[in-house]
Amino acid sequence: MRVQNRLTGFLALLLLLLGSSLMVLPFLWMVLTSFKPFPELFELRFFPREPTWENYRVVLWETGFLRWFGNSLLVASLTTLSVLFFDSLAGYTLARLRFPGKNLIFVLILSTLMVPTEMLVIPWYVMSAEKGWINTYWGLLFPGLITAFGVFLMRQFFESLPQDLFDAGRMDGLSEFGVFWRIGLPLVRPALAALGIFTFLGNWNAFLWPLIVVQTPEMRTLPVGIALFSGEAGTAWNLIMAASSLAVLPVLLVFFFFQRQIIEGVVLTGVKG
Amino acid sequence: MRLTLAQREALWALVFLAVPLAFFLYFRILPAFQALWLSLYEWHADPSQRRFVGLEHYARLLEDPLLRRALWNTLLYTLLGVPGQIALGLIIALLLQRAPFGRDLFRAIYFAPYVTPAVAVAWVWSWMLSPHFGLVNELLALLGIPPQPFLQSPSQALPTVTWVVVWQNLGFQVVLFLAGLESIPRQYYEAARIDGAEGWRLFRHITWPLLNPVLVFSVVIGTIGYLQLFTQVVNLNFTDQGGPLNSTLTLALYIYQLAFLRFQLGYAAAVTVLLFALILLITLVQLRLLTRRVEL
Repeated sequence: MRVQNRLTGFLALLLLLLGSSLMVLPFLWMVLTSFKPFPELFELRFFPREPTWENYRVVLWETGFLRWFGNSLLVASLTTLSVLFFDSLAGYTLARLRFPGKNLIFVLILSTLMVPTEMLVIPWYVMSAEKGWINTYWGLLFPGLITAFGVFLMRQFFESLPQDLFDAGRMDGLSEFGVFWRIGLPLVRPALAALGIFTFLGNWNAFLWPLIVVQTPEMRTLPVGIALFSGEAGTAWNLIMAASSLAVLPVLLVFFFFQRQIIEGVVLTGVKG
Repeated sequence: MRLTLAQREALWALVFLAVPLAFFLYFRILPAFQALWLSLYEWHADPSQRRFVGLEHYARLLEDPLLRRALWNTLLYTLLGVPGQIALGLIIALLLQRAPFGRDLFRAIYFAPYVTPAVAVAWVWSWMLSPHFGLVNELLALLGIPPQPFLQSPSQALPTVTWVVVWQNLGFQVVLFLAGLESIPRQYYEAARIDGAEGWRLFRHITWPLLNPVLVFSVVIGTIGYLQLFTQVVNLNFTDQGGPLNSTLTLALYIYQLAFLRFQLGYAAAVTVLLFALILLITLVQLRLLTRRVEL
């Protein structure tokens, strides 16, 4: 029994190693290619013969890369802040306050989850064209400012807290907003962390709407920037891989720092939701 | 005038919900109806020249060969991708449970592609899959397999795109299944072992049924994801989007092409209504399946 267990454990480890090399290989190949001078691209050696920073220099200084990076950072940060504030405020209200029409409002918000983005982008585009939001930061921002999923998540969390805590706050003379801000929010910090990271990554990686609403190179977000840049760069795979590396590395860094919260977030949405 | 406590609470609720509610009404619910409305019109930038065409767009849906192609492809992606990522995800989760060490590290490695921008993923894979200078063909050559066209072949392109999407989604599945597996009480296995059950029978009679809620969730979320496939398809074949010969065209890409490259917004809106109907159907099936919980 014991020997058998160790054997299956060893076998499992071996298979996992094999599988994970398949997960790592594309990242490795991307980074290795990004250090190759153009002529080396088609030699198919694993490591660059004459590694160079030139590709990074070109991407950083001769394309709009830094601007796209900044645009993505701005859009993702602002949407995340807005989502964290409004989703938790709405979640708190729907979980802890009594008022007529509460369930109706909750169902109304949840029902929007079924509407696919593809259906919304056409009216958003028409709306943006009529109101002059095309190619503006507001145009990039508005669809993501509040999310139904976040409201749902935060409501679940606020519901799980004991009522006594909130009553105590009211007794102490806190305003209703004070109760939410000073008592509620600190207690749901883990949920806020998970929601915040997911919202940030989601907006950082978003492609469809930014592709539609952006018209000039300066307004591109990172994914749109790399996609169109790569289309223009054609066979300059070393440049494309340098740009991709620069886009991927910050995300991977965030991931390794907040791994626990991210994985808890997935579990929260899938298994316990 | 003095307010009762209940009135005060309702007033606060109104204040707190004002912005979120306005947002949902204006940016989510109204546009959904506008899409319905638009699908009945011939689009023109000038609102006064938008011509009402009734159900004409829907009639066109029925005989549009490209739409049929996109619908068929989307179905194929789903039929290949959802079972594919679920099977691989489950196998990896089960292996991870048996690994004596390194669990967290492996889990992180499998999850990393999921957080990576899909655009970057698509470009890296399209470089690796290039028929002449791609790493994948070079590796296949080591095994004595002749070079494959992959994304440039009408018959191989769709399975290849599916592979990239599965590769990217795998970590999400693994994490879900791991959590599901961990929530199954150890005692069930111990009890079954005392009764003489081993290996496959443990899996068949304990793991599989108790994993059912996670499985249903994965199938539904996975299906909805594949129905909306866009970013990878566009970027994997950037010069021939949806190609070769429309063999990778999806519903979402077709909607994008109709609306924003050909500016047939009315007809595109009709296609989005079709997509919405598909997603609604799946969500309803999910509700049915999830309420029919497994009894112990």
